[in-house]
Amino acid sequence: MKTKDEFSREHLLYLKRRRNDKIFVNCARVALIIIFLALWELFYRLGAIDGFIFSAPSKIFKSLVNLTKTGELFKHAGITLFETVAGFAIATSIGTLVALALWWNDRLRRILDPYVVVLNSLPKIALGPVIIIWFGSGTKSIVVMTILITVIVTTITMLSGFTATDKNKIFLLKSLGAKKPQILTKLVIPSSLPTFISMLKINIGLSWIGSIMGEYLVSRAGLGYLIVYGGQVFKLDLVYAATLTLCLLATGMYALVSLIEKITVGKKQTS
Amino acid sequence: MKEILTLDKVGLIYHSPVGETQAVKNMSFSVAEGEFVAMIGPSGCGKSTVLNMIAGLIKPSEGKIKLNGEEVSSAAGKFGYMLQRDELFPWRTIRKNVTLPLEIKRIKNKENEDYAFGLLKKYGLKEFADHYPDQLSGGMRQRVALIRTLAAKPDLLLLDEPFSALDYQTRLSVCEDVFRIIREENKTSVLVTHDISEAVSVADRVILLSSRPAAVRKEYTVDFDKDLSPLKRREDPRFRDWFELLWRDLNDENER
Ligand SMILES: Nc1ncnc2c1ncn2[C@@H]1O[C@H](COP(=O)(O)OP(=O)(O)OP(=O)(O)O)[C@@H](O)[C@H]1O
Ligand SMILES: [Mg+2]
Repeated sequence: MKTKDEFSREHLLYLKRRRNDKIFVNCARVALIIIFLALWELFYRLGAIDGFIFSAPSKIFKSLVNLTKTGELFKHAGITLFETVAGFAIATSIGTLVALALWWNDRLRRILDPYVVVLNSLPKIALGPVIIIWFGSGTKSIVVMTILITVIVTTITMLSGFTATDKNKIFLLKSLGAKKPQILTKLVIPSSLPTFISMLKINIGLSWIGSIMGEYLVSRAGLGYLIVYGGQVFKLDLVYAATLTLCLLATGMYALVSLIEKITVGKKQTS
Repeated sequence: MKEILTLDKVGLIYHSPVGETQAVKNMSFSVAEGEFVAMIGPSGCGKSTVLNMIAGLIKPSEGKIKLNGEEVSSAAGKFGYMLQRDELFPWRTIRKNVTLPLEIKRIKNKENEDYAFGLLKKYGLKEFADHYPDQLSGGMRQRVALIRTLAAKPDLLLLDEPFSALDYQTRLSVCEDVFRIIREENKTSVLVTHDISEAVSVADRVILLSSRPAAVRKEYTVDFDKDLSPLKRREDPRFRDWFELLWRDLNDENER
């Protein structure tokens, strides 16, 4: 590899073009959202759209500022974030462990297979009333709802990742005298890392669905509650403000996983 | 010379829901210490099955396989198995790939590691030690795979068509390297191949197998100087004769 000052002219040009291209893409991204918000605001000011139903960026902003001042925003966002993260963490751990157990014991996997299929196709929200009766109408129920929605998909995704391990590489390890624990730690787990990361990404979306759905059903606090409440009393600014906060939090969580991906998967192959 | 591996009337039947397949029947042969034996046979005759039995990965249905006078039971670790593709782990560096057998066999210590790194150095791969497999060419990867196979100092090398995934040019040069490494490290080897010229160019002895169920049809002691390299052998006038003889016999076998 050549260092910076021995690059050829063509290479420098190439680098410059690449940089300019990146700058353009980023600018276009920012411009898009600014244009969107500006048009929205404009139409509202001109009276082309009904501010009561569609709200407007300025109204949402005002509502956000108010919510922040009273501290309500942090309270509700904090509660929902806690429910989501707790459900996410528990479901991911349980789902992965179950997948490991099913990989380890093939007979167990075959026995449980139809149950997993049925549980997967069951719309978990249907269990709402039962969950409320069992766990009360608070945070606990919501976390349980989140776990239910996330855990089966986790198990299925991870199990298919584990079982997709290259047969020839397993054979190689066996020829070296490796037993199951070594095959698991040296091969199956490292080669399933990309599956694990994409599973984390799917689970972020699912656990937000779980926690918001849960809050729609039972809660007295949280962003989902704010949205439902705002809808009921026709304070649509509140609905939009809460939704926006939700967007930001979910994106933040996603960015965190992307970072983990960069650290773990990114470093191994430069190609 | 001392016999290191013996197969005595070995047979194997595969069972599957649709029926049973006799893959190997009544197979007997032996391999002496330091010998390079090549097995050729019609495709699907049971060559890989024989290697798997020798490595203790499949238990023979009948007969006995002995390594150093002891019956092989499980993959106890005196073998090095080299496969058609290198099967290097992409998330490990070359260094970490060649020491994998030491980790698996729990014999990872300074001495054994130094031996493996020494091989990397000796065979021109030292500067790639901290690279990942993706960054190496197919030929280099296959050489790394051989060094990984040698790292745990196996008594016997089992090579199952180790070059067949490479293009012709690379194949010749990797074959040359592998032959040299095996000779220099003085290893006993059993090579399975489809390629008659490859068999003649490396082996001290060629075993021709019958079509399924595999049994020893014929054995040939290839009378080249033991240290003549594969490429030199290919230039030797006797090479043609051996090739034609084996070609004819293998075709006869195919037609049966
Ligand atoms: N696990 C198995 N179960 C049932 N039959 C098998 C199994 N493995 C191999 N066979 C059958 O046994 C026979 C021998 O297989 P084997 O792989 O040993 O042949 P081979 O000579 O190595 O073939 P190739 O030339 O394709 O490498 C084949 O007919 C194959 O279909
Ligand atoms: Mg084969």
